[in-house]
Amino acid sequence: MGRITLEKVTKSFGEVNVIPPLDLEINDGEFVVFVGPSGCGKSTLLRLIAGLEDVTSGAISIDGTDATGLAPAQRGLAMVFQSYALYPHMSVRKNIAFPMKMAKIPEDEQKRRIDAAAKALNLTDYLDRRPGQLSGGQRQRVAIGRAIVREPQAFLFDEPLSNLDAALRVGMRLEIMELHERLATTMIYVTHDQVEAMTMADKIVVLRAGHIEQVGSPLDLYHSPRNEFVAGFIGSPKMNLIKGEAAQSHNAATIGVRPEHIAVSTTEGLWQGTISVSEHLGSDTFLHVHEHGLGDEPLTVRVGGEIPVKHGDRIWMTPDQERMHRFDKNGLRM
Amino acid sequence: MATQHSRSAARMMLAPAVILLLGWMLVPLIMTLLFSFKRYLPLRGGDLGWTGFDNYVRFVTSSAFWPSVQATLVIVLGTLLITVVFGVLLGILLNQPMWGQGVVRILVIAPFFVMPTVTALVWKNMFMDPVNGLFAHLWKFFGAAPVEWISDASLFSIVLIVSWQWLPFATLILLTAIQSLDGEQLEASEMDGAPVLKRFYYIILPHLGRAITIVILIETIFLLSIFAEIFVTTGGAFGSRTLTYLIFQRVLESQNVGLGSAGGVYAIILANIVAIFLMRIVGKNLDA
Amino acid sequence: MARAVTQKRKIINTAAAWAVGLLIFFPILWTILTSFKTEATAVADPPVFLAFDWTLANYHDVLERSNYARFLWNSIFIAGGSTILGLIVGIPAAWSMAFVPSNKTKDILLWMLSTKMLPAVGVLYPIYLIFIKLGLLDSRTGLIIVLMLMNLPIIVWMLYTYFKEIPGEILEAGRMDGAGLKDEILFILTPMAVPGIASTMLLNFILAWNEAFWTLNLTAAKAAPLTAFIASYSSPEGLFFAKLSAASTMAIAPILILGWFSQKQLVSGLTFGAVK
Repeated sequence: MGRITLEKVTKSFGEVNVIPPLDLEINDGEFVVFVGPSGCGKSTLLRLIAGLEDVTSGAISIDGTDATGLAPAQRGLAMVFQSYALYPHMSVRKNIAFPMKMAKIPEDEQKRRIDAAAKALNLTDYLDRRPGQLSGGQRQRVAIGRAIVREPQAFLFDEPLSNLDAALRVGMRLEIMELHERLATTMIYVTHDQVEAMTMADKIVVLRAGHIEQVGSPLDLYHSPRNEFVAGFIGSPKMNLIKGEAAQSHNAATIGVRPEHIAVSTTEGLWQGTISVSEHLGSDTFLHVHEHGLGDEPLTVRVGGEIPVKHGDRIWMTPDQERMHRFDKNGLRM
Repeated sequence: MATQHSRSAARMMLAPAVILLLGWMLVPLIMTLLFSFKRYLPLRGGDLGWTGFDNYVRFVTSSAFWPSVQATLVIVLGTLLITVVFGVLLGILLNQPMWGQGVVRILVIAPFFVMPTVTALVWKNMFMDPVNGLFAHLWKFFGAAPVEWISDASLFSIVLIVSWQWLPFATLILLTAIQSLDGEQLEASEMDGAPVLKRFYYIILPHLGRAITIVILIETIFLLSIFAEIFVTTGGAFGSRTLTYLIFQRVLESQNVGLGSAGGVYAIILANIVAIFLMRIVGKNLDA
Repeated sequence: MARAVTQKRKIINTAAAWAVGLLIFFPILWTILTSFKTEATAVADPPVFLAFDWTLANYHDVLERSNYARFLWNSIFIAGGSTILGLIVGIPAAWSMAFVPSNKTKDILLWMLSTKMLPAVGVLYPIYLIFIKLGLLDSRTGLIIVLMLMNLPIIVWMLYTYFKEIPGEILEAGRMDGAGLKDEILFILTPMAVPGIASTMLLNFILAWNEAFWTLNLTAAKAAPLTAFIASYSSPEGLFFAKLSAASTMAIAPILILGWFSQKQLVSGLTFGAVK
């Protein structure tokens, strides 16, 4: 069981208040992703749950029991760190065994769990190596192995993929998701990458400056972002946010249109603009278009497949009215 | 980045070191300050009461004071000049590609590990002895009269001995600094058409600026208080009595503690002036 | 600079560097050579470099006449004792400042450094007096304490620099894994810090071994280490070059060997991390 509840949790470093009063409910077995730009407090929040930082006020409970004052090890949580934090002087086997050694689990049980974890993570051949002799992806798996053998109430991941190269990152992402399917244990995952958040999460918590901007499923956030910040943060490429006359005609301070919700034509449409850059990926074409009536920022447009346009071409664009987002002058969804 | 629990444990672990050093610093310092305002002659009546600033005035007006300042300055500045200039040159030389770099490095560093009394005695006798020393043999070989190094050129001799001791330190630090110089920066300046000397002057020297400053400051602090090198060579005679040695003589040889303590306070103030500059640099480095 | 250097330039560099290196090393070499000569050959004119009858007589003489073993033992005891004591006090202090820094950490570090800069001569008499009062004059215990205090700032600084390089996340991982403070120090910190502790130990042993202000001024016959033993040769009678050389060689040989191992740590240790 891994139900985690945060009640009016705050955290200050000296005078600086990093987390204002914050409430959050994480259900058993859920894959929750904390996402936000750097400095938004997502890592601090994770470390508060882990017990690596003390809360300034408020309460954290795990499975209904108050864990606010408990030491990290007593909370029954396991953490995978950004730098993997493997013990460099221990072999892979000893690294994975360490938490069990601390918990005084019998040797034969330790061995059974190590073998099982190694098999699941493809580490069997590397058990006697030192972390220094492993590749980045292998180190990552050792860190996960060390977390699994504790059979924790919940896994905490602190930007675990940010030190891997792009190709490995996709692979490890899938491995972590499979792990979640298999163990069905609560996982809390911190990242600044909204693609990771969208692909992995059951529930996304978008944070900015310690505040929770929105909590919801990936598609909730995609279809109905609560404010301009979430709208701009979730989705790739970013949503176009347009102010001024075009917005006023829709009775809003700002309107938002996702690049994939704009239809392109060479003959007719609502807005006309000049292509400054066109990116041809084969599967998609991204156009960056200047339309002076809509401000200085170029509009980003995504067209499925390949269309024969280039720098300097003039095109017509029509936003999908159904999928247009309207925000008031405070940036809140209307 | 920590919890309450670990913070109080940390304070407990820091305490012994802080308390010990605090005692080590404050107790003798306060005693020295007290003595410096007293007429205190342990062998001739002991504590003879307060005298205000008498000791401070007497220390600087005694006939030995200015010569000792002069001797101190000559030794410190002379050694600094030699070690820094040759340190830079040696650092650059050792950074060049060559065979047996490791061995040469070891040869150059070795003098630093020789204990000061050995250094001073070996130089005094086996090199500078006017009859049997190697220098005497060398002078005679070229038909010159051997020099009475220790008595006729006492300061020069001490500078030579101390420089031999400290050149490895300067070289090692400057070599480390040179090695950290970005090779691409030098290549860029080469592309920009800078000749060798200009590259040294505009790229290498400014890069070494910080390391040179650190060498100067640390050496100054150690050189201001050199003792054994004088103790076993001249014993403070022949105009080689430094400020440190003068204070030592006042305190332990003539047992005038009040006067010596006043001198000690001067020395502490002097060292602190140098120390402030060093601490600034080190402090900046801590932030980085 | 990944560029081919001409063979000729490399030869010139090598020759120049070896010449300078040997010149600087020569006094040590000469001392070692002289220690194997007879007193007469030691002062021969012109000097003999290698072609002499090698003899161990001087070592024999020195060992026999001056109770060398006691001085040696005092040196080992004092240098070793002050280093170990310094580590016992310094390791927890450096640990706490490196891993649980507070806003005062920087000030404490700099203040510790400043105590190192206090000129010894300025506090000579108070220490002398305290030593007499406590009966520590000419005792090894007294010197161990003074040298420990003298080198403590360097010990703390060096260890601090090494500990700083151990990523904090690893210790946090240990805490998540259930390691208490004791387990953390025993199983994680110490094994990772061993190289740093070893080089701190080495450098401070060397510094204490060579210390020649307090060892000369606070000892007489009983606790005098090798520094004082050598100093006793400063007013000799008769021919003594060969014996001086033998005594010197014995006093510096162990430290030269240790020193060669510690040359890498020397820079960061003696500049308080300002040059790495």
